[in-house]
Amino acid sequence: MANIQKLEALVTQVRRDILRQVHKVNSGHPGGSLGCAEFFVALYQEIMERKDGFDMNGKGEDLFFLSNGHISPVFYSVLARSGYFPVEELSTFRLLNSRLQGHPTTHEGLPGIRMASGSLGQGISVAIGAAEAKKLNKDNHTVYALCGDGELQEGQNWEAIMYAAGNKVDNLIVSIDLNGQQIDGSTENVLPMGNIKAKFEAFGWDVVSIAKGNDMQSILDGMATAKSKSGNGKPVCVLLHTIMGNGVDFMMHTHAWHGKAPNDDQLAQGLAQNAETLGDY
Amino acid sequence: MKTYIDTGKKDTRSGFGAGLTELGKSNENVVALCADLTGSLKMDEFKANHPERFFQVGIAEANMIGMAAGMTIGGKIPFTGTFANFSTGRVYDQIRQSVAYSDKNVKICASHAGITLGEDGATHQILEDIGLMKMLPGMTVINTCDYNQTKAATIAIAKHEGPVYLRFGRPKVANFTPENGTFEIGKAVNLQDGSDVTIIATGHLVWEALEAAKTLNDAGISAAVINIHTIKPLDANAIIKSVKNTGCVVTAEEHNYLGGLGESVSRILAENHPAPQEFVATKDTFGESGTPEQLMDKYGLNAAAIVKAAKKVVARK
Repeated sequence: MANIQKLEALVTQVRRDILRQVHKVNSGHPGGSLGCAEFFVALYQEIMERKDGFDMNGKGEDLFFLSNGHISPVFYSVLARSGYFPVEELSTFRLLNSRLQGHPTTHEGLPGIRMASGSLGQGISVAIGAAEAKKLNKDNHTVYALCGDGELQEGQNWEAIMYAAGNKVDNLIVSIDLNGQQIDGSTENVLPMGNIKAKFEAFGWDVVSIAKGNDMQSILDGMATAKSKSGNGKPVCVLLHTIMGNGVDFMMHTHAWHGKAPNDDQLAQGLAQNAETLGDY
Repeated sequence: MKTYIDTGKKDTRSGFGAGLTELGKSNENVVALCADLTGSLKMDEFKANHPERFFQVGIAEANMIGMAAGMTIGGKIPFTGTFANFSTGRVYDQIRQSVAYSDKNVKICASHAGITLGEDGATHQILEDIGLMKMLPGMTVINTCDYNQTKAATIAIAKHEGPVYLRFGRPKVANFTPENGTFEIGKAVNLQDGSDVTIIATGHLVWEALEAAKTLNDAGISAAVINIHTIKPLDANAIIKSVKNTGCVVTAEEHNYLGGLGESVSRILAENHPAPQEFVATKDTFGESGTPEQLMDKYGLNAAAIVKAAKKVVARK
């Protein structure tokens, strides 16, 4: 049984990490990062079966691929706080010679990262490949991926979605961060995508909805349901309804903080709303 | 002069297929992905022998490249197969981010490269792929000249850790390199010694360069011929050594002169030993429909064009 309070304390600390990372370099993507803080904590602390340390091949453990690489601040924070690299290294986010590039990369050898992402729409394909490799290796573990909702506008996703269903890639669970926002505005205004649930189902996926994507228990329950559906001949899609900027009141429910850093006052406000729990880096 | 015998015309893509078949038997980590061109790429035998290691992705090249990158995680060695145009231009960003920048051990195998694809015309005749691929940091770029060399290269790249672009073609061409020869990535092959001009050729133009060297010899011009099967990393020492001896160079390739082998040779020479150079290549143009022979003649990509370029560059010394 997961200790929800403990997980939520970590979420609060991750929010602080996100805000402090982007504030320091006056760049980065806090909105989507904050919206997925609970999901990342749940994934790395409870859901995935992980081995100690990091090796690129990841045999004998679950894998995760972040397709919308711009939410790197939350990825880096949770990786560091899950033991992949020192938490102090978060202070190098987006700085020259850092392993914490603006968008995640294997190029600098940061433990926990298996694929560069940033140019959108490529993560599901990569996750399918890793899932197929696991099947060949008779490795009975699950491959997870996360995509943005706006990211689904990229055509490669639909090639991948078609492939995964047609080829019964059922050791794959892809979550979609449904925050309804993208850089230029709401997804409804930029390019309406219609009924995403119906689209995935029409392509032959099992779909699980998590209506409260910022509620820890809802995430844990929804992901457990998703896991229970895997291995049955269909890939699984999780529609994760999140609030962009969650946990910092003035950043919530807007695309304004998609790719904008807080100033000094805004940082202070955001941190005041999320008191230190596990210690700042 | 050394004599090279054409043991019977064969297509380079069949060399790829034969190499892949051997790899299937010798290396269980080798997997193959194809975007609805299994027959054209000569991947049928691998598919028949190892159905569990063959992945038909359909007409979805971007997904194919991403999947291949993902399959390396877990230790697989993916070979992707489609036409050169759809192997590069169509999926450049997928290769750039998921393969090259992510340093994944993917072998991008591209048939029907260049103008000798023939009648299908310019939509399918990519003449820019060498340039696209050589600009990607960490990418090895190979363009083989005949069946035997393509087979050897296919086998060799499985042992090389890192992304590779392997370029070959559709038409049946002279098969003259040794059967079951060794293939050393990045190592030029000196085919003829010569003292008046160095001809540096790649792919289908290598045989044409040998034919040109014979004609030039008859005209009293001694031509060295170098087969550059690996355009990146380029064997700079072999090029500099020969050009120091001859004083001028002709580069020959089935590719645009912008971004191709010729420009790579120019850079090596500019940095080390400047010398007059002529380019046998397409001159910033698209191709068109026609037979391979007609097209190679019209676009100046044959032995006659190399002879003409050699005479011109010798006069410039």
